[in-house]
Amino acid sequence: MGEFDATSCTEMYRVMVRIRRFEERIQALFLRDEVYGTTHLCNGQEAVPVGVASALREGDQVAGTYRGHGHALAQGIGVQELMDELLGRATGINGGRSGSMNVTARRHGYLGSYGIVGGSIAAATGAAMALQRNGGVAVAYFGDGATNQAYFFECLNFAHVLALPVIFVCENNVYMEYTRTEHVSGGDILSRAQSLGVPGEAVDGMDVWSVRDAAEAAVERARAGYGPMLLEASTYRFVGHSRSDPARYRPEGELEEWQQRDPLLRVRERLEGDGVQRDALDAIDAEESALVLAAEERGLEAPWPDPAELPSEFAAAAVEPVGAEALQR
Amino acid sequence: MSALEFRAGIREALDAELTRDERVVLFGEDVAVAGGVFAVTTGLHERHGSERVIDTPISELAMSGAAYGAALCGLRPVLEIMFGDFLPLAMDSILNQATKFHFLDGEGGVPMVVRCVVGAGGRFGAIHSQTPIPWLHGVTGIKLVAPSTPADAKGLLRAAIQDENPVLFFEHKRLYSVKGPPGDDEPLPLGQAAVVREGDDLTIASAMKGVHDALEAAERLSSQGVEAEVIDLRTIRPLDFATVLGSVAKTNRLAVVEEGPLTGGWAGEVLARAAEEALGELDDVWRITTADGPVPYSPPLEDAFLPGPDRIVAEIQGRA
Repeated sequence: MGEFDATSCTEMYRVMVRIRRFEERIQALFLRDEVYGTTHLCNGQEAVPVGVASALREGDQVAGTYRGHGHALAQGIGVQELMDELLGRATGINGGRSGSMNVTARRHGYLGSYGIVGGSIAAATGAAMALQRNGGVAVAYFGDGATNQAYFFECLNFAHVLALPVIFVCENNVYMEYTRTEHVSGGDILSRAQSLGVPGEAVDGMDVWSVRDAAEAAVERARAGYGPMLLEASTYRFVGHSRSDPARYRPEGELEEWQQRDPLLRVRERLEGDGVQRDALDAIDAEESALVLAAEERGLEAPWPDPAELPSEFAAAAVEPVGAEALQR
Repeated sequence: MSALEFRAGIREALDAELTRDERVVLFGEDVAVAGGVFAVTTGLHERHGSERVIDTPISELAMSGAAYGAALCGLRPVLEIMFGDFLPLAMDSILNQATKFHFLDGEGGVPMVVRCVVGAGGRFGAIHSQTPIPWLHGVTGIKLVAPSTPADAKGLLRAAIQDENPVLFFEHKRLYSVKGPPGDDEPLPLGQAAVVREGDDLTIASAMKGVHDALEAAERLSSQGVEAEVIDLRTIRPLDFATVLGSVAKTNRLAVVEEGPLTGGWAGEVLARAAEEALGELDDVWRITTADGPVPYSPPLEDAFLPGPDRIVAEIQGRA
């Protein structure tokens, strides 16, 4: 597969650090009642969206989950506009209407964070019908729990039948909400996909370079017209399911074991082994921390939205997603 | 007697019915070992075992279909759909099968209860805050239960589980921590509204969180010399319109408070009945609802969107 390339890997490291710092600040802000409702954080899972995003190009489209801050940031949504959204401010990417679970940004190739389990699978399947015309691909992120939804079976079969250019990226983080997925699932995810005619590949979701390699191959295959593929990325969330979950269901020592494989540490080790100076990586850490903290500070000063400015019930203007002009040709 | 918390009322009703009738089973996502994400079903798995209180996959379609099939064959399933917003995933077996069976078969019904958490005000955004009563309001053969107090929740849920028909039981997420008198230990018949505050000047009818908002508004109006009668409908289908009619005959003014979009909501049905059956009694009748749009996330947007006590007071004053 692809040769290891320290420059692009360093850039991926930067985005992974950004996501981690972002999640840490969101957790702190949530506990201070500055972020509302609920949050689903992706600490520990950063390598998956960053590795996949590195295999995509402009015009490709991604559908994320309610654990979607990493999906959104990996697609290039700005820290400030995502932060402001979660702070409920008018300057948020959706004007404060969406919050954590429902972010959308089609101009960044982001079809949305899907609050309904499995909803992302369908959105990406449909996106692939449109993108098929111009060589684009669609990506669906979803959790292990979503593979028990009808959406999973129906859409994988649908995508196979129509040979759609869609990559199904299952972030298998062991737990569906508070329950170990293996306790409520039969068979395994790769076999399910294969039985529907969708080739599947197991990927080390804690290693960004492995994710990137697998994603590049799947994307190339899809662009060439060979249809969908499923990547099962084995990963782990270092935090609870959502704001109110202390994750008492984890066996003792399991979290610590996975933390040994922290994707940020793994990529650092690899880069340092390849000769990248520790100072350069420390500088990235400092820059990303500063970026997130500055966004937080600005966000807390940002204006609140005005209820009088909520959108009208029906849309009038067409908003074309990135790359859509190619569909007209 | 100590006060009963709303979530404990639900739990006690489930516990009582699981104890009373071995045909009752409870299932849903994280309801058993974890005790429910809103800590409603805590302890039931330990008390009643893995065959009666069951964790399911995230598979709403399978869950509702299985509840329907199990109900046909002698079980009395209680199904939890974690958020009412996920109901569409479960809809076919409820809407196309369970609600039609009694009509088609002619013998016996489909005794299943679907509990789901609904309502806004928790900053959960557009897809975890809806109140999906209107999605089912036009479907015949299903009872729609919408309690406002802990004692009512307990009594109505017991009645729902004992009912021979499919019942959708709505639990407003902002009521879970509300405490109130425990009430008696009996099932509370479905389809009976309650006058929860008496007054001569106008009638406010509502359900769930709206009843609390209406009561708060009524207290504020009282200090300005306006006495509102507040009716807790408790069941949206079948609707106890007789209680509304009795009140309107006295007050001649009716406001219906519904947390949900103006168009197509159940408040419109209450107004239609008022127009048909009490036109001569009415000086004024209107709905206090949300706008026709989704629930926004940001606190100032969500607060302005919801028909809370401020809106109720202002509208009543505005139309005086």
